[in-house]
Amino acid sequence: MENLEPQATTTRRALPLWVYVVSFTLLVAFLVLIGKQLVNTSSGTITVGQEVPPITLTTFDGQTINTADLRGKVVVLNFWASWCKPCEQEAAELEQAWRSYQGNDKVLFLGVNWTDTEPQAKAYLQRFDITYPNGPDLRTKIGDMFRITGVPETYVIGPDGKLADVNVGVFLDVESIQAMIDPHIK
Amino acid sequence: MKSRTIFWIVLISLAASLAYTGSVLAQDVPTFVPDDDVNRVAHGLYCPVCENIPLDVCPTQACAQWRELIRQKLAEGWSDEQVKDYFVAQYGDRVLATPPAQGFNWVFYVIIPVALLGAVAILYSVMRRMVRPKAASAQPPSTPGGEEDAYLRRMEEELKKRE
Repeated sequence: MENLEPQATTTRRALPLWVYVVSFTLLVAFLVLIGKQLVNTSSGTITVGQEVPPITLTTFDGQTINTADLRGKVVVLNFWASWCKPCEQEAAELEQAWRSYQGNDKVLFLGVNWTDTEPQAKAYLQRFDITYPNGPDLRTKIGDMFRITGVPETYVIGPDGKLADVNVGVFLDVESIQAMIDPHIK
Repeated sequence: MKSRTIFWIVLISLAASLAYTGSVLAQDVPTFVPDDDVNRVAHGLYCPVCENIPLDVCPTQACAQWRELIRQKLAEGWSDEQVKDYFVAQYGDRVLATPPAQGFNWVFYVIIPVALLGAVAILYSVMRRMVRPKAASAQPPSTPGGEEDAYLRRMEEELKKRE
């Protein structure tokens, strides 16, 4: 018996293979990029005990300080801004604590001026007679490294280059600053 | 005669000192920058502290300080672009209303046109498929002796055989 089915004529034209290949490659590349970015943004802050990557701070008077050169010292990294009222509350205490370590060469305070304007920042330093090195956090790179959520925040880096302690918020007295530093001095 | 000489010396000295004071005063008077000019630049910038609020309408002290800095830079003769570049150098790309097309940001500049092109291509393809059957029906009926007739003829022959 003859086949009565009329022969189906396919009118649908398939896209060339290279279109599929290019589209698939682009999609995969895009997903990889998105994934990479997500990993970067979701990677957590530096936690206590973790190695702190080298930090370079150029101070307002042009001095360049790299924490990689400060191994063996306790580095106190204080984030502040001139527009930050709580920062004013601890400014005198920080300076007092810094002066208490002037005798030895084992502690260095570094002020990181976060999202501030230079004239106001300099006026602030003058007003509180701050003598330890201070510089702007250019492009907020240092703040981003620690994923700071505001100011003031203080990070103590131990002589081994690892994060030793963190204080989010204001120091109420000099003793509490020293209590964060003293256990790490070698 | 002597008093006349003294008079002229005093007069010239006075004129010279006044001219000097005048130039000093002229240097001290800052160039006036109207708020509109400051806000024009500030509108394209965002403060990283108060996210998603343009700098021109941000009410915090930090933003007020930033606006003053813009005013200061404009008074010094900086262009809008120079001020923006300065802010990017100081505070990062996040201060810009539109991210620069570099690094990962290019994805956003490429994906939207590519997605639009893709959408147009899909729409075109769908529309073509929708229009094709209509076009086919609009064609004149097939002439006798065509392919369809041949099929019918075969059908009739088959039916006859079965009878």
